Amino acid sequence: MDAFVTLDALVAPLDRANVDTDAIIPKQFLKTIRRTGLGVALFYDWRYKDAPSDGRTEGLTADPSFVLNDPRYAGAKILLARENFGCGSSREHAPWALLDYGFRAIIAPSFADIFYNNCFKNGILPVVLLPDQIERLFSEVAGTPGTRLLIDLSAQTVVLSSKETFPFTVDPVRKTHLLEGLDEIGLAEKKAPLIDAYEKNRRERAPWLTPAV
Amino acid sequence: MARTIIDKIWDDHVVTEEKGTALLYIDRHLVHEVTSPQAFEGLRMAGRKVRRPELTFAVPDHNVPTTDRSLGISDPVSALQVDTLDRNAREFGVTHFSMNDHRQGIVHVIAPEQGITLPGQTIVCGDSHTATHGAFGSLAFGIGTSEVEHVLATQTLPQSRPRTMEVRIEGRAPQGITPKDLILAVIGQIGAAGGTGYVIEFTGEAVRALSMEGRMTLCNMAIEAGARAGLVAPDSITFDYIKGRPYAPKGELWEKAVDFWKSLPSDPQATYDRTVTVDISSLAPQVTWGTNPGQVAGIDGRVPDPESFSDPVVRDSARKALAYMDLVPGTPIAEIPVTRIFIGSCTNGRIEDLRAAAKVVKGRKVASGVSAMVVPGSGLVRAQAEEEGLHTVFIEAGLEWREPGCSMCLGMNPDQLAPFERCASTSNRNFEGRQGKNGRTHLVSPEMAAAAAVTGHFADHRTLSGS
Ligand code: SF4
Repeated sequence: MDAFVTLDALVAPLDRANVDTDAIIPKQFLKTIRRTGLGVALFYDWRYKDAPSDGRTEGLTADPSFVLNDPRYAGAKILLARENFGCGSSREHAPWALLDYGFRAIIAPSFADIFYNNCFKNGILPVVLLPDQIERLFSEVAGTPGTRLLIDLSAQTVVLSSKETFPFTVDPVRKTHLLEGLDEIGLAEKKAPLIDAYEKNRRERAPWLTPAV
Repeated sequence: MARTIIDKIWDDHVVTEEKGTALLYIDRHLVHEVTSPQAFEGLRMAGRKVRRPELTFAVPDHNVPTTDRSLGISDPVSALQVDTLDRNAREFGVTHFSMNDHRQGIVHVIAPEQGITLPGQTIVCGDSHTATHGAFGSLAFGIGTSEVEHVLATQTLPQSRPRTMEVRIEGRAPQGITPKDLILAVIGQIGAAGGTGYVIEFTGEAVRALSMEGRMTLCNMAIEAGARAGLVAPDSITFDYIKGRPYAPKGELWEKAVDFWKSLPSDPQATYDRTVTVDISSLAPQVTWGTNPGQVAGIDGRVPDPESFSDPVVRDSARKALAYMDLVPGTPIAEIPVTRIFIGSCTNGRIEDLRAAAKVVKGRKVASGVSAMVVPGSGLVRAQAEEEGLHTVFIEAGLEWREPGCSMCLGMNPDQLAPFERCASTSNRNFEGRQGKNGRTHLVSPEMAAAAAVTGHFADHRTLSGS
């Protein structure tokens, strides 16, 4: 996983609440056995006119009314979103598609839990800001083409071009992992003696947990 | 200190803790074909093994055809995904119920059926509806593929302690009100994000009175309220359901287990971070009208006017939902016509659900222009239903009787809505495009789906005329 330290990037606004992971990437693309190459399928049904249900991605026409097709937001690495972003299915294909498309951070007033978790595992920083700060950002982005934001994970701040700064909170363990791009499985494996001890104790305490078959 | 069942299970599974993040031990890991290939591939690339293959259970369900299985899977991409699960299960030594195993079915239906799901456990699966297993008084939640890999490799998961929410269902359910109506009413009240960050414990007399099937329906949709998990404390109904199932403890171990399980319910003095009361004493059968499960009304209600919502975000969501669903504010719910019916899924694909639907369609006929399909949740549900003759009832009424799987709940296999088709579905998500691009999904109970099948529009199953 790539580390996340600071990000100074263009912002794309997605002005919809409850954007679910089916919308972020529909079912046709879940049949893959890889994690890469899903960027073309991001927001598939909204992004392409007459998106076919067979999951074809070549020869489609971009729907100009969809915000990511607006040339003003080409190259955006920050997605500005509304509440409960990423709700629904646990599919990690959603952050994979966002990452593959180029997003490294998502700012919203709230996220669904599983999606929020999944972002951290893939080097994407989900930032929760207060509703009025989100409102400010939406009007800023709408009013000023080319709006960029500086996200600083160490300082836990989102800095506007006016230098106005919005602080955010993030779990300290997740923050460290993201700052250093750590392999969490490797970290847990270092705790193997503790896991062994737990298992031994548990076998004695709750022997019925070993499946009967 | 008095603890809730959620705290008790949590405390029991902490291997170690630092800075508020616990390394949580996982008792059961369920795996399906869609969210696992990249996890197994990750293990292979890092030269890692599955730490506890005997605690890991795999089954293909999302991609499998619900028509004649002997023909195999026609879509080569789906076939590869199912084959990949097969190969991974063999290579890593994981228990596997393959597509042609008579026990195959939706992962959340077969794990309880096999006695794999037990009270007091931590259970994870790369699937958000893992919450279903909470019906047994276990802490069961959905995870992403990176976390699947983490659990495969270490049998643990770094987690922060969830907040606790009590959803107390008050009042006695009116006749004909089903568990699906209860959970839709809960989501309607607290909202599709109302449970975010929480684990919900469902309490109240009406919950205690539910069968295990009903409790599974209830917990299944906790995620649709945004909750990490939902659960119901175990009791004699739970123990009776589990006893004698293949993977359940036997003999002396059974006695020990039951003794322990009896200590799980929340202490009387325990407090929750939040408590919500939902009164069901005058609830009508529920039908969703929008594109999230919280957008719901009673069969006696009407499609709301978005302008009536004061919250601008709620208003905007309702506007977009009505545009997508092609509904006009003020339309009586009972006048909305449907042309497709889907009875099945991990929410309502168990034997009681099929019995309930069969009772409504018995002696009636599917309305003209309507096509209806019944997809049992597992091979064993299907066999049981056939033993009881339910399939004959469905077939005689003009519904299709299919092989088990996820089917049109998400339409990864060929079972999909055509664009703009309107469906009464017993599944759990009415998101845009969930059942097929531009398809319009209304979530209902099996009884209500059956009533819609025979009338061609939503209708109160309790007052259907003639048969
Ligand atoms: S039935 Fe639907 S919700 Fe349940 S596991 Fe299958 S796809 Fe997911």
